[in-house]
Amino acid sequence: MHAGNGIPPIIGQNIIAPALPDFRNLGTVLRIVLAVNWLAAAAALVREPQIDLWAAQWLELTATVEPHLIIQIAALYALAPWLARQSNATGAWVVAALTVAVGLGVHALVASQIPQPPLALLRHLVFALGVYAVLLWYFGLRAKALSPAIAEARLQALQARIRPHFLFNSINAVLSLVRSDPKQAETALLDMADLFRVLMRENRELVPLADEIALCRQYLALEKLRLTDRLQIEWHLNSMPGDAMVPPLVLQPLLENAIYHGIEPSSAPGVVSINIFYKGGEVHAILRNPYQADGGRHHAGNKMALANIRERLELHFDAEGSLESRVRESAYEVHVRMPYRSMASRTAQEKAADGPDGRRKPERDKAPPGVPVRPEGPPLADGSAGASHG
Amino acid sequence: MGDAPLRVLVVDDEAPARRRLRELLDDCAAALPLAVVGEAASGREALDLLHAVNADLVLTDIHMPEMDGIEFARHALKLPQPPVVIFTTAHDEHALQAFEVNAVDYLMKPVRVQRLLAALEKVPRLKPVSATRLDQLPTSARRFLSVTERSRVVLVPVDDIVYLKAELKYITIRTPQREHLLEESLTKLEEEFGPRFVRVHRNCLVARAFIRGFERRVGDEGDAHWEVLLKDVPETLPVSRRQQSIVREMGREAR
Repeated sequence: MHAGNGIPPIIGQNIIAPALPDFRNLGTVLRIVLAVNWLAAAAALVREPQIDLWAAQWLELTATVEPHLIIQIAALYALAPWLARQSNATGAWVVAALTVAVGLGVHALVASQIPQPPLALLRHLVFALGVYAVLLWYFGLRAKALSPAIAEARLQALQARIRPHFLFNSINAVLSLVRSDPKQAETALLDMADLFRVLMRENRELVPLADEIALCRQYLALEKLRLTDRLQIEWHLNSMPGDAMVPPLVLQPLLENAIYHGIEPSSAPGVVSINIFYKGGEVHAILRNPYQADGGRHHAGNKMALANIRERLELHFDAEGSLESRVRESAYEVHVRMPYRSMASRTAQEKAADGPDGRRKPERDKAPPGVPVRPEGPPLADGSAGASHG
Repeated sequence: MGDAPLRVLVVDDEAPARRRLRELLDDCAAALPLAVVGEAASGREALDLLHAVNADLVLTDIHMPEMDGIEFARHALKLPQPPVVIFTTAHDEHALQAFEVNAVDYLMKPVRVQRLLAALEKVPRLKPVSATRLDQLPTSARRFLSVTERSRVVLVPVDDIVYLKAELKYITIRTPQREHLLEESLTKLEEEFGPRFVRVHRNCLVARAFIRGFERRVGDEGDAHWEVLLKDVPETLPVSRRQQSIVREMGREAR
């Protein structure tokens, strides 16, 4: 329909949410269920303003509304991957047709059990299509509110926030190697270049988890250079799905926090552990560092970094992504939860996001080579995975 | 000082940073006679070292575990021959402004050899920065109080302090083991350490962590007052009439 047409995307081609929402997202489903029920309650009120009769009216309505809602959500869930591959206009018409079809079916079913008044079918279809139009308008608006200008600017501002403290101390550490160990200095400078390349680019698109881990390893190599034995790293990546698509820089700032608050305030060696695994359609990342009770002087900075990542998870995954932190057995623990989306299913979504007319940038026509096409398959173990002490 | 080489102590918690400074000091040695007398990874280690070796100059990082550079400089002033302290820091916008205002010397990391040499050449003419100026620098509460005993600087960990009691010119620091005499103001200490201590009397601050309870005592003339019971030390401390509200407040916390 009109959502997404007409208005040119302000920045880039790849807006975060297409006009049709992701029907497999829990947040989307919740919004639909709530909206339909509220509108049904309101419709009942319009038909029966007398409050004591309203409940009966509402109950009568729900008898047809709820079966329709459940069947339609199930159908949309099943169709979601296919819908994501269609243009916005096609998708919108298909869902409208689906709404009518389900409406007809449910009405026939209900009418066979309970006699319906004349024009009940028409009323049902008008109500269903009306609700659909409202929801389509709402999701289009929401996609627009979340994707361009404001959210983009906020993401940019939030992301480029590596601590200057780290930059200058690292340069200093590299300088200390230039004379005694030029080879190591070279490696360190290359790591730094890679790290800053990622930090300075526009980080709007999801990246494979394996890339984020590679970045984390480079970052940790630099920290190890200056903190030497005080920094111990434990990796647990045996069941990590390396092809999961995650927001860029979702883990590196957490490691930076772990080191700044957990390792630097103590002269004794401390362990930062990184545990990433796949479970029930989700990717979990659990990071732990020693808890320093009197490291309280910079807690504001820590909270800001966590809020930033939490906000980005929400922008990308809505209710399906979360970040929680807690102190447990003298360790500080951050738990990031994200839906598992492989690169293959992601490219399908991008395609849908490219606009209704099917015009697309040529380089996105091909899926990246070597990417297994298994949208819901079991996780792929990262080749370099395994518990190792750094 | 004449032609005696400048004795320098290098303090930083990061080994590469210490190595880098040593390399630069080696470069400077051609232009200015100097000797590196030692290295330390924290302010505390540096203070220990300074009891064994003399230094004219200490180059110290600001952010370090155990004891930061600014706290180190405050304790080092109590040495019989306090060294000149120059701070090194990678990045600290807020602190540096205060350094400028108070004319406290610092070097930015990474340090340039020319800047280091210029700083070294000034050292023989410099006096250690006074305690009042160091107090102006933004820093967290000290982790130690320091007292001079037989020309040594003794560090008393703040965590070990049971109470601080003002008596005439001095403040008595009570730890579970013994007492020390300190020349500071009780009000300033109260400000610095905030909620860690509670004032039970005009002349006395007690560490909350060491309060075991309160006891009602009746004096010779029948007037009653509260006494603070303490962990790890036998004596009790009177609560003044004006501070009586803390008895109720703390009693509630204990429950």
